[in-house]
Amino acid sequence: MTAVRERPVARIRALADFYVQAGKLSAVQQFSYRASNYLFLVGMLAEPVIYLVVWRTIAEAKGGSVGGYTAGSLAAYYILWTLVRNMNLVYAPAGFEWRIASGRMSGRLLLPVHPVHYDLAGFAGAKVVWIVLWLPIAALLTWLFEPALDVGPVQVAVFLVAIWGAFAIRSLFLWALGLVTFWTTRAGALFELYFVVELLLSGRLVPLSLLPGWARAIADHLPFKWTFAFPIDSLVTPQSTARLLGGLGMQALWVAVGAALVAVVWKRAVRRYSGVGA
Amino acid sequence: MSTEPAIDVRGLSKSFVVPERESGLRAALGGLVRRRTRTVHAVRDVDLTVARGEVVGFLGANGAGKTTVLKMLSGLLHPTTGDVAVLGHVPARRERAYLRRMTLVMGNRHQLQWDLPASDSYELTRAIYQVPEARFRRTREELVELLEIGELIRKPVRTLSLGERMKAELVGSLLHQPEVLFLDEPTLGLDITMQKRIRSFVAEYNRRHEATVLLTSHYMADIQALCKRVVVIHHGRLLFDGDLSALGEEFAAHKEIEVTLDEADADLSGYGEVRSAEGGRVRLRVPRENAPPTIAKLLSEHNVLDLTVEAPPIEDVIEQVFSSGTSGAAVPR
Repeated sequence: MTAVRERPVARIRALADFYVQAGKLSAVQQFSYRASNYLFLVGMLAEPVIYLVVWRTIAEAKGGSVGGYTAGSLAAYYILWTLVRNMNLVYAPAGFEWRIASGRMSGRLLLPVHPVHYDLAGFAGAKVVWIVLWLPIAALLTWLFEPALDVGPVQVAVFLVAIWGAFAIRSLFLWALGLVTFWTTRAGALFELYFVVELLLSGRLVPLSLLPGWARAIADHLPFKWTFAFPIDSLVTPQSTARLLGGLGMQALWVAVGAALVAVVWKRAVRRYSGVGA
Repeated sequence: MSTEPAIDVRGLSKSFVVPERESGLRAALGGLVRRRTRTVHAVRDVDLTVARGEVVGFLGANGAGKTTVLKMLSGLLHPTTGDVAVLGHVPARRERAYLRRMTLVMGNRHQLQWDLPASDSYELTRAIYQVPEARFRRTREELVELLEIGELIRKPVRTLSLGERMKAELVGSLLHQPEVLFLDEPTLGLDITMQKRIRSFVAEYNRRHEATVLLTSHYMADIQALCKRVVVIHHGRLLFDGDLSALGEEFAAHKEIEVTLDEADADLSGYGEVRSAEGGRVRLRVPRENAPPTIAKLLSEHNVLDLTVEAPPIEDVIEQVFSSGTSGAAVPR
């Protein structure tokens, strides 16, 4: 039997070429949907604006701050929230059901590239477009809510890395969760449970410092806060450089855990694949 | 060229465990307590060897196991038992080196981006398969020319007709110049002109690249135009493996005798089933084993000007095999 081993350098170069092409293709596609993308982004504003109005009201009622957040820093939190939420949009587990039923999963399995790269590259390309589209929205929110943000170059650099780390972590964990579909094509309830836990313990619903201590302790041992609270707090909450870099290290750790999880589950999932719909 | 076969399959079987329950509320409630399953043997003990450069037709009724075999050969499915080697690789391992050397074209592969021109998707295919730039351009031009889709690859895929899209998909599937092609109903849903073009394209690709082709189709015209050898699978078992011409000999239950007499309006219904009669020319269908005595009787009792004996059309033979549930032993090559 033939067993050909690729040189790691050649493999990395091939993968980089793939990411560039897939990212470009996805970006071109997203630009062709710019009107619907804009409507989508605007539609997403309702959630953070509601949170912001509620917490600002509470902060003002409590003498100007709540959980260490002033009205200005809450505004900054939820404006950055809109960008981080965009970065958190990844291939949803429910999409696996559709992919399998429509036969598209078979097409992906036949390619000499792991399908997870396809989604990572595709969504990364789309995000470049979404960030461009987000800028005017951020400007409008800044004008409306007057955020208080005092940041240095290190914080900005950490934030720019952290939003991509958040994207990688959430992509990998939701991808691993989506693989459940290889065992049962009706895993929607499991996905919903995951999303509820994530909503509470990521910093999406409320800043983590506003949660009770026991909830924060649980959040510390889960990946969710590194996909939401950490990128936002890296700009909003004053922290030492060591602490910020430590956060990036934790993100790298969770990326590694997610990648290992995908690799392990994937190996078993493809053995289960029954190719229905194709 | 290597003398090793392109495809070598030994004792290949695939079973699926599928849930089963009666219809109705009671059965649904019962299913909460005890889940019933059933094992479906989709493919059973298949042996198959295909030489490099060979074009083999893979025939079988719906659900016979053709697509399951193709999926195991391409690495999509893991066999339950048996050994498979394609170009020396074990497909189930899904090694990149193997996936770069083969393609599986199914009607619903959808590898092209719907809202973008096919040419954009082809660039991604180049990156996926790491095709050197010059070779990619050359191959793309060659395939586009062979399939005559020229400017179509620069139009958004959603604006193409089914036939145009199928051709664009085919180009995308072959840009990496695969050595083995698994084609699952490549002409399904296409009009006759488009079917012919796809057929001649597959033949030309096989000739130019000495590619091995395993083709399933419900259109016998595809099989007759492209395949000297056919493999018939029925209820998951290999029923026949041999020349297309020998398939009729093996399975045709009838022979068709066309006889021209010097008398018009002769009544030959006593010799067999009269299929057509026009002037002195009569077409009879007789059971295969009765053909020699019927011919002898015709020759002795009538003044025969001309007589030919033919196997029935291959479509009829195939239809008969599939509908009769024939379970004869496979014919080894």
